[in-house]
Amino acid sequence: MLGDLSVSLWRGGKDGCYETYSVPQRESQTVLDVVTFVQRHIDPTLSYRFACRVGVCGSCAMTVNGRPRWTCRTHVAKVAGSGRLEIGPLENLPVIKDLATDMEPFFEKWQKAQGVFAPTKTRHEEIEPIRPDSPARRLADAAIECINCGVCYAACDTVRWNQDYFGPAALTRAWTLLNDERDAGGTARLQAVAAAGGCHSCHSHQSCQELCPQALNPTAAIAGLKRRTTAAYLKGEIKA
Amino acid sequence: MNVRLYLWQRATAALMVPLVLLHIAVIFYATRNGMTAADILSRTRGSIMWASYYGLFVAAASIHAAIGVRNVLTEWSPLADRRAGRFAIVFGLLLAALGARAVFAVVLS
Amino acid sequence: MIARGTMHRGSALWIAAMAHRLSGLALAIFLPLHFLALGLAIDGEAKFEGFLRWTDQPPVKFAEGGLVFLLTVHLLGGLRVLVIENLDWHDGQKQLATLAAAISAIIAFFFLARVF
Repeated sequence: MLGDLSVSLWRGGKDGCYETYSVPQRESQTVLDVVTFVQRHIDPTLSYRFACRVGVCGSCAMTVNGRPRWTCRTHVAKVAGSGRLEIGPLENLPVIKDLATDMEPFFEKWQKAQGVFAPTKTRHEEIEPIRPDSPARRLADAAIECINCGVCYAACDTVRWNQDYFGPAALTRAWTLLNDERDAGGTARLQAVAAAGGCHSCHSHQSCQELCPQALNPTAAIAGLKRRTTAAYLKGEIKA
Repeated sequence: MNVRLYLWQRATAALMVPLVLLHIAVIFYATRNGMTAADILSRTRGSIMWASYYGLFVAAASIHAAIGVRNVLTEWSPLADRRAGRFAIVFGLLLAALGARAVFAVVLS
Repeated sequence: MIARGTMHRGSALWIAAMAHRLSGLALAIFLPLHFLALGLAIDGEAKFEGFLRWTDQPPVKFAEGGLVFLLTVHLLGGLRVLVIENLDWHDGQKQLATLAAAISAIIAFFFLARVF
């Protein structure tokens, strides 16, 4: 028979506070189960986000005992050491209410980093043959599985210190596109990520790489961007 | 931080790796052998080699430290980017001036 | 203040990055003083010698050991960054970072051992 958990949840907006609830502990319980229990049985005014519940959509990311993680994939037994949990919204993003953040800045930076595919062909032309084992495709594939959950962005100190910084996810997407033979973004995208707030602001703390639930490596992707932009700058293809 | 500053930062860093290692070796040697001012200056005075080595070191360190300080200011202080940049330039020039004076002091005085 | 995101900040690599930054700041503050001290030689050997003898005092020597430590930490931290940014990725960097810290401490210790 498992006891009760003492769960502190962030309530309110930016100037809110933590409120504590008592939640019965269950076998194989996830942090998302805990949050859902509070909303269904204790306080229906609690706001939070989730969708798939099985770790493929990235919607349920929150700060759990100081770390940003997917709540549906975080077992309570693993994190609630002394029966206590502290759950807050993702950091580095504006809080809408309680555990839900405004993801708009995250996606705006995605656009600024030109993490957008620029097509080169129409439906009337031959499909580009891409070998999956080509060096460029390998690099792109290693970084492509990002589902925009925001965990890396929330974990990044440089995002916290520098409001212009695009962040790991946006830059990683730009990196995958630079390695995509079909994409025409090329020099313009390199220029975008070489600007203030771009890849050169990264200090390689590697929090993003340590915490990415998809086991992606934004630090390595950003290092790749640094090499490409430096080479392009030295060749005069982009400006400072 | 943009690509130009990044390049200068990393290039001066890479350049200083061997310079710093040699400097640490020099300091170890000097302190171990209890060198006096006379011992040191007799080696450095009129030496093109020491002038070039430390002159290069001062130049690289001034640039590197200035850009580093700029980064820290833009991230950890409320200063705006442009102000931080200006402060960093002043700091870099100060280091370069004091460093050049120090090199002069041990090579030419 | 919203939830503190602190857990991952104790990782070896984060500490390495922080040590690199803080040692850089400390060295940036120290460097002008270092140049000023060397500049004493302009006024002749005697002043420079006087300064060198002042540095013979144990507390100063200890501080010098600290400086050697800071310089080594900053050098190794910088190498970490240069390696990540220019060479292929390798796992096991955490262990390397811890090793680098140990090497810095050892070198600083050697410095102190030789002057005392």
